[in-house]
Amino acid sequence: MSEIRRVAVTVNGKAYERSVEPRMSLGDFLRHELELTGTHLGCEHGVCGACTVLVNGLSVRACLMLAVQAQGQEITTVEGLARADGALSPLQQAFWEKHALQCGFCTPGILCTLTELLRDNPDPSEAEIRATLSGNICRCTGYQAIVDATLLAAERMRGEGGAR
Amino acid sequence: MSGHPATGQWFGAGVRRVEDPALLAGKGCFVDDIHLPGTLHAAFVRSPHAHARVKGIDAAAARALEGVHAVISAADLPDTARTKRLPLFVPNPAMTQPLMPHVLAREEVSFVGEAVALVVAESRAIAEDAAALVAVDYEPLPAVNDCLAAIAPASPAAHINSSSNIAARFPIAYGDAEKAFAAAPHVFREHFYLHRGGAFFMETRGAIAQYEPQKDAVTLYVSSQGPHTHKRGLLELFDFGEEQIRVITPDVGGGFGPKSGFYPEYPALVAAAMKLRRPVKWIEDRRENFVASNQERDQHWDLELAVAKDGKILGLRGRMVHEAGAYMSHGVVTPWISACTAPGPYVIPAYKLDVVVAFTNKITVTPVRGAGRPQGVFVMERLLDRVARALKLDPAELRRRNLIGPEQMPYAVGLIFRDGKPVTYDSGDYPACQAKALAAIDYAGFAARQDKARAEGRYLGIGISNSVEGTGLGPHEGATIRIASNGKITLFTGATPQGQGHKTTYAQIAADQLGVDIRDITVVTGDTSVIAYGVGTVASRSAVNAGSATHLAAIEVAKKVKRIAADMMEVAPEDLVLEGGFAKVRGVPDMKKSFREIAVRSLGMPGFALPAGTQPGLENTTYFTPERATYANNTHVAEVEVDTGTGEVRILRYVVVHDCGRVINPLLIEGQVVGGVAHGIGNALLERMVYDENAQPLSMNFGEYLLPLATDVPRIEVHHIESPSPLNPLGVKGAGEGGTITAIAAIVGAIEDALAPFGVRITEAPVTPQRIIELIEAAKS
Repeated sequence: MSEIRRVAVTVNGKAYERSVEPRMSLGDFLRHELELTGTHLGCEHGVCGACTVLVNGLSVRACLMLAVQAQGQEITTVEGLARADGALSPLQQAFWEKHALQCGFCTPGILCTLTELLRDNPDPSEAEIRATLSGNICRCTGYQAIVDATLLAAERMRGEGGAR
Repeated sequence: MSGHPATGQWFGAGVRRVEDPALLAGKGCFVDDIHLPGTLHAAFVRSPHAHARVKGIDAAAARALEGVHAVISAADLPDTARTKRLPLFVPNPAMTQPLMPHVLAREEVSFVGEAVALVVAESRAIAEDAAALVAVDYEPLPAVNDCLAAIAPASPAAHINSSSNIAARFPIAYGDAEKAFAAAPHVFREHFYLHRGGAFFMETRGAIAQYEPQKDAVTLYVSSQGPHTHKRGLLELFDFGEEQIRVITPDVGGGFGPKSGFYPEYPALVAAAMKLRRPVKWIEDRRENFVASNQERDQHWDLELAVAKDGKILGLRGRMVHEAGAYMSHGVVTPWISACTAPGPYVIPAYKLDVVVAFTNKITVTPVRGAGRPQGVFVMERLLDRVARALKLDPAELRRRNLIGPEQMPYAVGLIFRDGKPVTYDSGDYPACQAKALAAIDYAGFAARQDKARAEGRYLGIGISNSVEGTGLGPHEGATIRIASNGKITLFTGATPQGQGHKTTYAQIAADQLGVDIRDITVVTGDTSVIAYGVGTVASRSAVNAGSATHLAAIEVAKKVKRIAADMMEVAPEDLVLEGGFAKVRGVPDMKKSFREIAVRSLGMPGFALPAGTQPGLENTTYFTPERATYANNTHVAEVEVDTGTGEVRILRYVVVHDCGRVINPLLIEGQVVGGVAHGIGNALLERMVYDENAQPLSMNFGEYLLPLATDVPRIEVHHIESPSPLNPLGVKGAGEGGTITAIAAIVGAIEDALAPFGVRITEAPVTPQRIIELIEAAKS
């Protein structure tokens, strides 16, 4: 029914090229075209933040961006957050230890949001973490364990001298 | 019940969850992550009217759209699915109109969002395009948008074939309320209203129906709280045998009650898959979620509380009107629970409540986290605050005087629960629970904090809320534990997690009996093919039911391991200990047999007889069938600041003392409690599902319906008391809902206390900033 466009993107360091309808969202593209199902769609109207991914390092709602807009961009999804050897990142590890996830559906978006935060602000206060996190809705945890995990990860990452 | 104390290395340990590495790496498997080859996608055509007659459906334009495979309306369904309504699993004689929805609406639609047809297409986008092309000829009818209005004589009917909007009516009573009120020195009257909200799990509902013609069998993958319920539903609506339906629930992104329901979309998808012979997937979008997933809370209470001069409660009576929404999908469960929760932890000699359940033209009401209890707690706690203010008693002291004492346990409230059994609190120390909470928040020092703040023009308030929560209800939940011939251990259960961590906690329970690490036990949930019966994870019941079943099954498997190993090594079973996957002879390090060796022996060999009376395999299935509920309890204390200029409420401190009996995993319990409080904060301050006078929903996205954010939820301090339940072998009680149940009353009580200088009384929830300003203005004038 509508024209088809070629989209070439790099996701988690790997190049992909697909033909899609212009109306396809980046979230649907990642999930259904690239089969990277770790990115979840929670509201599809840009409020809940479950679909947050990093586009050129910046957090973006994958439900509000079209796949065609991602042409030529570098995207990081939850599948790309672990270390090169497959070990969990300090943030993921801290989430595990602090029980910062229950159903885990909002978790990928929250991890992307907070990965960006810790990169830009290695020593965030609790209030700063909460302000950043307020763009992501979690119905299970009450956020407390997520805040604690972020503080723990920040502390450990500072201890590593910023190496990630 | 005793004799198998579940003490061990794992039970009670705050271990990290085995579920998490996959979820953290984006490798979870939620229903939309499942892609079956050849899958088609469905979109539902839903009623835009709250109430209308369906006069015709013209799907020609939709069918003509390229990529559309079918448009299915009621007329296209198989006979049974067309003619039968969805099954009601919880009948009760109190229901005068146990009305259930059709799979697809026939002559009438009764709420905005009711499914009329489904379109199946190559992609979801095409299906949605085509759904917009389906022309339904509606004749709009008057709609009912409120349960109080519904029972007024002049109300239009919510259903065309009903002469009344009353769906059920029943009394809840014990003691002599009339006598108590006649003699009472003080009687307080109040009207309370609790508003409607939703579960708003982050993963919307969704399902894939697959029909395999060669097997003549259906598999339904569904995001649910229990696949067995869905199988029962499909068996009712299709002419299938037990072996032809399998329901699988993969990872679930939150449930909170409404995902336990068997909804019309699921049989509709099955019918579509059978017709098209291709898998058909439907993932609810968020807008649909606002109109198609059940909600809860709307209740109006008119109550009177009789008290003695010293503040002791003499009696409680009144009427409660509960909104059913369009259908009775969960029977009278929610209002019955509300009514039975109101007395809570207090000694109330007489109680009489007339409960009326009314239809409206809104989405059906079924339990949402708390399941009617938040309302019962709210009305009682608000009444006590009213009494304290009127009699100039300290609210904590007033509560203390009325609390049931630990020496009174087990305490028969006098109520009959909906299962026909008396409500009997099994254990707990309510005064100690409240005292611990008051100490934690420095209640004694609050007056000084409040005075100091008021001197600065700031309004601080404190609110206390106590609750008792029936948990762990039957009928049953089961566990099968099997040690495979290679020694690997698997546990199968019908309990179905949506974030609770069953795969960790049940492994903890079984590991202690089998002497292995929790990582050595794989817990399989959410599949009707692995265990015959299941109820599901609802009603804070799984730790009690599935946990106890796991414990008992593990004991039986351990016994059999020992019996066979003893036979193999020619020792007595009592001399064996299970450790690290071996049965070892105590004190003889060389004498041991691995689970693998024992499992192989247990299966025998072709041509050789098993020892007489022996069943093959290292396996046991146990269903735990509790005789009645076990009662958890909580005290919450909230300290808030209210900005009287903007109406904003800031929660300064929040203390929970929680007693859910013995704690399986403190890390997980704390998560449940804190998350529950966050939901309660939403119900107290933010969440409003707004309808206009025609029952058109107006809050249809997360910009209009506000969920609590990280900046709304304060740090919540959780303390535990452990009063083991005598009703199950683990001594556990449910923990998933207490946070929500108790929170609303504590927060609203604190707001009222903060606004005491203005004389504001709050008898409703939620109280948004706008509402707080209105209440202040009203009190001033």
